[in-house]
Amino acid sequence: MSLRGKTAIAGLGITRMGKNYDHSNALGFAAEAISLALEDAGLKRSDLDGLLVTTGVSYRDGLASFALQDSMRLTTRLLADVNAGGSSAGTAIAIAAQAIVAGTANVVACVFGDAPLKPPVAGAKSGGAGDAYGTLRGLDSAYGAFGANWVYALLAQRHMYLYGTTQDQLGAIAVAERQWANRNPLAQFYKEPLTLEDYHNSRWIAEPLHLYDCCIVSNGGVCVIVTSAERARDLRKPPVYILGVGQGHHPGPTLENLDTGIPIAKETAFRMAGVELKDIQVAELYDCYTITVLLSLEGYGFCKKGEGGAFAAQTRLGHNGSIPINTGGGELSSYYMWGMTPVSEAIIQARGEGGERQAPKHDIVLASCQTRNLSTHSVVVMGTNP
Amino acid sequence: MAEEAKLIPHVSSELKPFFDAARNHQLAVQKCDNCGALRFPAAPMCLKCDSTRSSWVTVSGRGKIFSYTIMHRAYHPAFKAPYALAVVELDEGPKMTSNIVGIEPSKVRCGMPVQVMFDKLNEDVTLPRFRPAD
Ligand SMILES: [Zn+2]
Repeated sequence: MSLRGKTAIAGLGITRMGKNYDHSNALGFAAEAISLALEDAGLKRSDLDGLLVTTGVSYRDGLASFALQDSMRLTTRLLADVNAGGSSAGTAIAIAAQAIVAGTANVVACVFGDAPLKPPVAGAKSGGAGDAYGTLRGLDSAYGAFGANWVYALLAQRHMYLYGTTQDQLGAIAVAERQWANRNPLAQFYKEPLTLEDYHNSRWIAEPLHLYDCCIVSNGGVCVIVTSAERARDLRKPPVYILGVGQGHHPGPTLENLDTGIPIAKETAFRMAGVELKDIQVAELYDCYTITVLLSLEGYGFCKKGEGGAFAAQTRLGHNGSIPINTGGGELSSYYMWGMTPVSEAIIQARGEGGERQAPKHDIVLASCQTRNLSTHSVVVMGTNP
Repeated sequence: MAEEAKLIPHVSSELKPFFDAARNHQLAVQKCDNCGALRFPAAPMCLKCDSTRSSWVTVSGRGKIFSYTIMHRAYHPAFKAPYALAVVELDEGPKMTSNIVGIEPSKVRCGMPVQVMFDKLNEDVTLPRFRPAD
């Protein structure tokens, strides 16, 4: 049984983003996001009967479904932590839609909260964003392979080696996303332009990745409320229908031949939605690094494998009138809420609430979430008609 | 002079043969007992024949740089940025994450031939790294 058009996104809540310490931990950001989403939808806390919790690095701070449910005194018939890394947002929305169609829940809050940034402490030597992400992993850490930067750097280097992708092309992605962010008041870099020269002058993180090839670490929370299409039509905001969902998991390592989980996820979601790539009017692609965008463009078939760099530079991610991509500025320039970054901007675009950055056509919008060096994907195709 | 900071990897039972070999200046990878396919990192199953029986064998220690990055931040005092971190494709096939040493990081390239060297961290742990081939 297809889920197409049977459920819809009725509420969206986005907290303040970035270096804000409005809450001492991720739980607080998650709770605020839920409150904002309820207000957005015109629902009450007691209307929720499902809660799916995803988080970033704050799993270490104890953000979990049990803790959030207890602190909000919710009573639900669906409760779970959804942990598929950066692809969790799309996975949670799919689980919510499936539960609603199956009759096991009616109004489900899919929430993300993260608080990797801590308030500055006088005299502290470090404690910056990098520390939270500088995690150790087995034998690799003995070689100084910490966190995620190095993995994506190796992907970028390999792509350059095989296909002649250039630093300018990676930089073009960073610049194009910044131009989108400069039209997005929610973006951390709303008021800061970025030129290709700025990009080249920014410090190296893990060559060939500059600072501006990497996403911005953010504190914040995002909540998406999913309910039946019928119920959504009676609520405050125009429904954003869930037309297709899909996951794709490739065993990796992605470095081997730069293959990803995208084709499987795309095939599943597009088949359910009854759409082809040419029908997609806005695409929001996970962009933890510029190379992630490039490989996603290839994975979805926007261009051929190996041509992502040239494609991104030529289309300028939609600034030249081609299909608008990462219209909010993405994780690189707006906010890094893992999969909730593409999902939240896709909802804003589908609703037509994008203001200065609104895509002219937005009936069918793609949100693409990924993790594990693009091995794992979740895709949500949303639309303005069921 | 203060003792050099070191990051000593945990020698898991799974990787003990790898570190035993390294202590004797040999590079070891897993070999499927059924079909003979080599693999690294250590894994429970052969991807060629699905067998779960394996042993460790030594290899030449020669290979090529498959991809690399120059890390410009050291997250641990054992490392001094910039340093080169690479995936090396061994002549025998398996790929290994390691460091490229004995060369300016900025001179490292994909495809560059490399050979293993052994870095003794303490009495128990010697870590294989790679340097440009002779
Ligand atoms: Zn075998």
